[in-house]
Amino acid sequence: MFGAGGGTSSYQEVEETDFVLLWGSNARTAHPIYFHHVLKGIRNGAAMYAVDPRLTDSAKFADAWLGIDVGTDIALANALAREIIASDLHAPEFIQHATTGFEQFAEHVDSYTLDFAAEITGVEAGSIKDLAHRYATAESAQILWTLGITEHHNGVENVLSLCNLALLTGHVGRWGSGLVPLRGQNNVQGGGDMGALPNKLPGFQDVNDPIARKKFEELYGVALNPRPGLHLTLMFEAMSKGELSGLYIIGENPAESEADVQRARTLLEGLDFLVVQDIFMTRTAEMADVVLPASVGWAESEGTVTSSERRVQRVRAALTPPEGARHDHDIIGDLAECMNVPWPARSPEELWDELRTLSSMHRGMSYARLEEHQGLQWPCPDNDHPGTTYLHSWLWEEDLGGREPAPFSLTEHSGPKEALSSEFPIRLTTGRVLDSFNTGVQSRGYRSPIRSGSDLEISPMDAEHLGLSNGEEVVVSSPRGSVKMTITIERDQPRGLAFTTFHFPELVDLNVLTNDQWDPLSGTAEFKAAAIRIDKLTGHDRA
Amino acid sequence: MSNDHVSLVINEQPVTVGAGTTILEAAQSLGIAIPTLCWAENLTPANVCRLCVVEAEGARTLVPACSRACEDGAEIRTDTNRVAQSRRMVLELLDSTNDLSQSPELQTLIDEYGADSSRYTDPATPEPSPKIEDDLFIRAYDRCVLCYKCVEACGEDAQFSFAISIADRGFDARVSTEYDVPLPESACVYCGNCIGVCPTNALQFKTEFDLREASDWRPEDQEVTETICSYCGVGCTLELHTQDNQIVKVTSPADHSVTSGHLCVKGRFGWEYLQAPVYRPPSDP
Amino acid sequence: MPDLKFSNAEPDESERLLIDALVDNPPIIRHSERVVHGGVRRAKDVRHLLLPGLHLLNNSKGWISPGGLNYLAESLRVPPAEAFGVASFYDLFELEEPEGDGPRHHVCVDPSCAIAGASSYAEHLRSQGHSVHESPCLGQCERGPALFVQARGSAPIDMSSGANEEPQFDTTLSNKLLQRFGNVDPTSLESYRESGGYQALDRALSLGSDEVLKLVTDAGLTGRGGAAFPTGIKWRAVAEHHGPQKYVVANADESEPGTFKDRMILENDPFALIEAMTIAGVSTGCFKGWIYVRGEYTTAAELLTSAIEQAYDAGLLGEHAQNDSYSFDIELRQGAGAYICGEETALFNSIEGFRGEPRSKPPFPTDSGLFGCPTIVNNPETLLNVLEIVLHGVEGFRAAGTRESPGTKLFCVSGDVGRPGLYEAEFGVPLRVLLAAADTPSSEIRAVLLGGAAGSFLGPDQLDVPLSFEGAAASDATLGSGAVMAFSKDADFLGIVSQLAKFFRDESCGQCVPCRIGTTRQHEVLLQIDSTGPNSKQRNLLADLSLVMGDASICGLGHTAASAVQSALREGLLGEPYE
Ligand SMILES: Cc1cc2nc3c(=O)[nH]c(=O)nc-3n(C[C@H](O)[C@H](O)[C@H](O)COP(=O)(O)O)c2cc1C
Ligand code: SF4
Ligand code: SF4
Ligand code: SF4
Ligand code: FES
Ligand code: FES
Repeated sequence: MFGAGGGTSSYQEVEETDFVLLWGSNARTAHPIYFHHVLKGIRNGAAMYAVDPRLTDSAKFADAWLGIDVGTDIALANALAREIIASDLHAPEFIQHATTGFEQFAEHVDSYTLDFAAEITGVEAGSIKDLAHRYATAESAQILWTLGITEHHNGVENVLSLCNLALLTGHVGRWGSGLVPLRGQNNVQGGGDMGALPNKLPGFQDVNDPIARKKFEELYGVALNPRPGLHLTLMFEAMSKGELSGLYIIGENPAESEADVQRARTLLEGLDFLVVQDIFMTRTAEMADVVLPASVGWAESEGTVTSSERRVQRVRAALTPPEGARHDHDIIGDLAECMNVPWPARSPEELWDELRTLSSMHRGMSYARLEEHQGLQWPCPDNDHPGTTYLHSWLWEEDLGGREPAPFSLTEHSGPKEALSSEFPIRLTTGRVLDSFNTGVQSRGYRSPIRSGSDLEISPMDAEHLGLSNGEEVVVSSPRGSVKMTITIERDQPRGLAFTTFHFPELVDLNVLTNDQWDPLSGTAEFKAAAIRIDKLTGHDRA
Repeated sequence: MSNDHVSLVINEQPVTVGAGTTILEAAQSLGIAIPTLCWAENLTPANVCRLCVVEAEGARTLVPACSRACEDGAEIRTDTNRVAQSRRMVLELLDSTNDLSQSPELQTLIDEYGADSSRYTDPATPEPSPKIEDDLFIRAYDRCVLCYKCVEACGEDAQFSFAISIADRGFDARVSTEYDVPLPESACVYCGNCIGVCPTNALQFKTEFDLREASDWRPEDQEVTETICSYCGVGCTLELHTQDNQIVKVTSPADHSVTSGHLCVKGRFGWEYLQAPVYRPPSDP
Repeated sequence: MPDLKFSNAEPDESERLLIDALVDNPPIIRHSERVVHGGVRRAKDVRHLLLPGLHLLNNSKGWISPGGLNYLAESLRVPPAEAFGVASFYDLFELEEPEGDGPRHHVCVDPSCAIAGASSYAEHLRSQGHSVHESPCLGQCERGPALFVQARGSAPIDMSSGANEEPQFDTTLSNKLLQRFGNVDPTSLESYRESGGYQALDRALSLGSDEVLKLVTDAGLTGRGGAAFPTGIKWRAVAEHHGPQKYVVANADESEPGTFKDRMILENDPFALIEAMTIAGVSTGCFKGWIYVRGEYTTAAELLTSAIEQAYDAGLLGEHAQNDSYSFDIELRQGAGAYICGEETALFNSIEGFRGEPRSKPPFPTDSGLFGCPTIVNNPETLLNVLEIVLHGVEGFRAAGTRESPGTKLFCVSGDVGRPGLYEAEFGVPLRVLLAAADTPSSEIRAVLLGGAAGSFLGPDQLDVPLSFEGAAASDATLGSGAVMAFSKDADFLGIVSQLAKFFRDESCGQCVPCRIGTTRQHEVLLQIDSTGPNSKQRNLLADLSLVMGDASICGLGHTAASAVQSALREGLLGEPYE
């Protein structure tokens, strides 16, 4: 996106917007309390359209659901853009003032006719047109998305395509209008804020920017490597090439969560040295040479996290950690000392204040102010700043706040990497359920009365075609492997699409099936689009 | 006077407030306390308990302060005998019907207003046995004062799950699922938002229930710590209520812009994995 | 369409067909496998079909099965718990399978029917093996003991349809509102027109809405549903709202014990109600009217249904009616056994498919009523008066009655009287005169309950009270809906008063604490009183309950729930009088 990586809008804005376009997000399930804000918006009169291969729980609240084929988001977005331009519903003044590349963009999307998009996405042209008009003519409109957009081999391009729509209509940089990526995990945003990205320093400062680097180098008295590091998927690439032989993992469980998990496990096993710092003895930790037991960040230690609305909030220790478990910051500080690096700030608040001197967007966020304001939204550059509810208001300023205009991006439909074939004719996509989380390490710990299995949900038509009944056990195969699963026939499921959750590695080693094709720009793997086959059990399988 | 403000007098003190301000809010701004039961800042006023009634000059009956908007020129009294009589009777009627022993605020009001439920002989009361249908929370409807808060929180005011509604009518009215099916069979998604708003502890965490049954519920030994939920990226504020280095229940502040006091099942109940005393179990279930 | 969860209970084929036929514009439209239109708004738009759907289900099997309810709820996208909450609100709906498959007999046991021998009648029915349910007043007090029968597999019937009785009405004191009774065939629009029907509408159309509003206001017409609110003010308030959606509602939920006038209007003069509603619509800019008829009034509902159909066929209703001089639709809704649904805002909730719980006022219906839109609610009798006013002008109307209470009033006379029935009289007529017209010598009377259960008892020394709003008020009484129940000195007043208290206990919606618990405790105290009368502790308790219910309840039900009890105590009907 144009500028720092964070959602443009505050939660409260969706309560007051006129139009919500929920795209590849099942927020009802994955972000339940954010969805409360959406529901308030709907209650206040907002219209909502949902674009998603599945008629998800979220989509059920929508005035219209457009059930596109998996991996056809760009075709749809470009067709929406073309329709908006063709019907003269774009915002020429805004485009002129705040963007660049409109002409090429218009030319580029010109081949994305409604009929073409209908063909690709499987959604009728009339409904695509309807959505284009509703979005473009709304007073204010937001596009919300989650992993349904990003967990593709071309996830970044997907996002850019949505940004194009906002630039085209001026639905960004104003109260109630914007682009809202919802973070799947508690502190993904905060990790990004703190520089846990291969190419960024804290505060989204570029690693290869010498001025930014200098601040850090001066503080720590060491020279920093100016080359961007590797993201997770590239690390596995590097491991496979033997270029990476030692790994320090903090709070991740790749031995269970990686796409094509068997390959991941083999690579982890092949490392010379593996350190895992975690609150659990995870499957990954079991493979480690050294395990550093950590205290639980949100309940046993002090610190901050950042939410999807860029709100930095305090976490506090309510419990004393079990014996032997130590706070992450203590472990890391001690390691630094062992390495003879000066580590002046040791307490969480000292560390935070140190960060505030390095990252201007966090500068005004003292612990005291965070406490007082129920958290603050970055950027918050000084102690009098109230925090920033929505980003990119500069797009509407006379001089663009001295910035470059925002560029349109040219994106091209390319479909999922793993095409369907006669051998693997069904698309498998994955998602969350309400009461569970990621690999289930934490959520398995409580006795949820609504825990469902990790069934494979298929449409009634497919079930009939394959002669399958509800509850039947089957063998599910992808080009990478096979697992046994139980069938659930889901009335709302489109034909040709199968769905399951990814919370039950102990039941179904699901990531055996998923595709490890990853997005070269973000490093996110294509969790959302494997090609599979479903076979009835033979006597042999049953044994 | 502009249209967006109204001026009125409460207990002889003049006050000017924004149009749409309730009498309750206006009184609070003057430091005048009005008791409430069915009102909550994160819910639409249900307007049913009538504990908050006040006297408005010219009105035939008393008016509910929690939901009645201030009118220009109104003269309100919160401290008359007539007001006190109605409040006393509301408390008395509730106390004659419900087990209010776990509602300290109501106990205080009962003393303050001199409500005497012993005046009623053989009063009808609801079924006393608690519904224990799962491991997360219990419902003891003999404590339920039918404030409608849980129904609102489960419905349009927050959760939109509509697992519970008021069923039947009159004295038989009760909070119920369809055909009284057990909660796990209903539309309940165990967000616990009903627990969060229940004023009488009719709905309570199973952890609290078990500790109370074991006579080991010690509010005086409990601490509340605010932190942020560790699951998804929404960033909900949790209030962890702890006793003996164990979490005993979780709430969220009603005035928080992110949660408005509401959570999902993971934030509300997903902390059990922390409770293993020394060693946290590995990934097997 | 929220992500509602429905149960696995399946409807049977007949239930499915009934509901499918009812929901012709479903809240979810599956355009194709890949495009579904739904949303919260569409579901809101169809929710008003919930109550009719519950009737269909209950009529078809004699109860509402989990499968049937689930299917109805799913078809309308109403949460099942809410659908259950609504269904269980109404007395006429059964949610457990009844034993046996015979019909359910509702026998009225309220005072007038009790006097007419209701308990032995109920015994008689039981001895014949019928399932008998003791019911509150069925609005047939003039011909008690009243009966209402819910069959299984067909629509219920009130027994007036079976009986070939002449309607009991009397026009000797006055004959304006009742002029068409007995002279017009209630099944025939033609007959209605022949006797001058629809002249008032023609005149209203030629006068224009301003003039009609002025007439109704200047005539001093006030509501006959109990609250006596000036009709002109109500109409004008709605006329001044300029939104596209506004409604006229005729409140024919009549359930006040001792009241049967609206039933008789609907059964004898249904077209007059339709004409008057149309006048209300065209004069205030409302394009849609709703008639909410008490569920037990099945004959009335049938006649009305046919009358509405005939009016549509004749081009008197519908879009561009009468050569495009106006557009006005009318839809009928039947209640299902809940007195409280006569309270106007509870009535809105009932039509909208929610529990019939009164709303907090303000906002008043004229600003936010049915479906949140400006709404006129009037009693059928009120509306009948409009015809008189439009045809005979302010002078003509005011020629009858008193200055503060102009016009005539329908009185429902029942109990220990010579000739029970519906009497029309000018406002201001002394109670004694009305009773005499009903062949009831005043000397026989120990007390008269004026205004129904929500009214109060008058003693023998108060029989000269003039029956006008101001006259009744001067005696601390109210005309209410015009119910006049007379009791001789042999009456069991403790029983009668306890029965009235039970009525409120049973009919409270249960929303607010003062009424939900107060009516229950009031009834309990009355049951504890013995033949020596209430002791001081009991009197104090009743007084305190009266105070909190009257002062702190939400709606009129709670406000008046102690009125009869308190007046009976004052009048010494339960033992020594006090005060
Ligand atoms: C408990 C209760 C029951 C009522 N029942 C009726 C009724 O059956 N019919 C009626 O016309 N009004 C009834 N009302 C009064 C209505 O709320 C409303 O005032 C009336 O319909 C207005 O019409 P009017 O102005 O023509 O009288 C009832 C009020 C209460 C509080
Ligand atoms: S836990 Fe949540 S879904 Fe369940 S009844 Fe309570 S509010 Fe409703
Ligand atoms: S259970 Fe609690 S919240 Fe729900 S109505 Fe009863 S008292 Fe109120
Ligand atoms: S006064 Fe009675 S009937 Fe009216 S709202 Fe209250 S509980 Fe319901
Ligand atoms: S607090 Fe106002 S009615 Fe309950
Ligand atoms: S019908 Fe029996 S008292 Fe009215």
